[in-house]
Amino acid sequence: MLVVQKPDINMLVKRAELFAQLRSFFLQRQVLEVDAPLISAATVTDIHIESIPVSVERLGKVAENYLITSPEFYMKQLLAAGSPSIYYLGKVFRQGEHGSRHHHEFTMLEWYRLAWDEHQLIDEVRDLLTMFLPGMPVTKITYGELFFSVLGINPHQASLDDLRGCVQRHVEMNVSTLSLSDCVDVLFSHCIEPTLQGITFVYNYPASQAALAKMTADQQGAAVARRFEVFIDGMELGNGYCELTDINEQRNRFDQDIKIRQQQHKKIYPVDQSLLSALEVGLPECAGVAIGIDRLLMKILKKSEIQQVIPVLDRNL
Amino acid sequence: MSVYSTNEFRAGLKVMLDGDPCAILDNEHVKPGKGQAFNRVRLRNLKTGRVWERTFKSGESLEGADVTDRDMQYLYNDGEFWHFMEPESFEQHQADKKIVGDAAPWLREEDTVIVTLYNGHPLAVTPPNHVELEIVETDPGVRGDTAQGGTKPAKLSTGAVVKVPLFLSQGEVVRVDTRTGEYVGRAKT
Repeated sequence: MLVVQKPDINMLVKRAELFAQLRSFFLQRQVLEVDAPLISAATVTDIHIESIPVSVERLGKVAENYLITSPEFYMKQLLAAGSPSIYYLGKVFRQGEHGSRHHHEFTMLEWYRLAWDEHQLIDEVRDLLTMFLPGMPVTKITYGELFFSVLGINPHQASLDDLRGCVQRHVEMNVSTLSLSDCVDVLFSHCIEPTLQGITFVYNYPASQAALAKMTADQQGAAVARRFEVFIDGMELGNGYCELTDINEQRNRFDQDIKIRQQQHKKIYPVDQSLLSALEVGLPECAGVAIGIDRLLMKILKKSEIQQVIPVLDRNL
Repeated sequence: MSVYSTNEFRAGLKVMLDGDPCAILDNEHVKPGKGQAFNRVRLRNLKTGRVWERTFKSGESLEGADVTDRDMQYLYNDGEFWHFMEPESFEQHQADKKIVGDAAPWLREEDTVIVTLYNGHPLAVTPPNHVELEIVETDPGVRGDTAQGGTKPAKLSTGAVVKVPLFLSQGEVVRVDTRTGEYVGRAKT
């Protein structure tokens, strides 16, 4: 029997208004909207992100391609080729992500600001979010300070044993297989996120979680990544970087990711050579951020599940 | 027995944890955008009834537990054991007080109940949500007092004591919700 879910008209209206307001925000600030291919030949090497493969036929040959997990590599190609500051508002895809805050395809707002650093971009993200969530308190804190204030441990200097011990004290789980980065992830999601109220910007991430951010040293001299995340009432909403522009460092990070993926018997994806070519040509200094728009709508409409803000769900999936 | 990975965890799945059979109550996918995925799982220990919260690194697995729910007829209590019978095979199982637990006051001979078997042996007994039992002892009924809403204790044929309205008398059959132990109404005869 065909079951048609009754649409939540108020949500549909709010969702459409949100998209229109986002576009108007960037129009006023002269940031250019761009499309990106949804199907790519190469994909991210991130240890914890899996791409959804798709079969595409060209000239009688079927190749494994991927649905994009983010438009980042394409946008960086545009920036390297001389585009002004740009944004993308559209779908991205992640394999195996299901839950009340996860859906295998979701709407991402990603933008890049030429010649800005991560702190200027944090200010702009704050302006954007407070437009939709007026009156919500805003906090900005380093990853290290936040971690220490909740758990009494310095995440940049603690040893693996110290961190596993900390997980053991706070979370019921087997800690013997946890890496340094796993430990801070589990502590952050289980112990720190629940303490966050309002809009919280967390910056200076652990070196092990630099992703595509430049590195720097914090006030205590520890190596930290120029990466930030934004949370609303403890829910992760966005992730941004002062973007890595050094091609050799980028190559090293791809190689490092692939090495770890091999050790963990994870799928090895082809490395994006066009991103490397773009870096070779020269990616201008910039800061970029990606925001989960479905989660933002959840907060605006006070919904507890991401499925409640998606217009149509394919019940057969 | 099969092995289940975190991505197969769902409510109702029976797994072994720390040597005890458990039922998964819910499973929440926790994943930072760029970080390791975890599963925050709530499980009920089927031996103790205790609810556990456990976190697993996604991809970890647990052994399945050989736990099945069977409809069985309750036969009798011999003073130490309660005896149950599978209606089709006539196979009988006995369970002690630790296993029968809170279900004991709701077991009426010949009623069908759910017996949870673990490795073929009873692990728990669940009575029907509603049972109809005769009042064997209570203060005399007060006629015409139906509107007052007052209650009095009444002892039922199985030994259970429930609060019933004042107008009910000994010998009447009442319907009781076994999950709350509350009187629902008079049994329809």
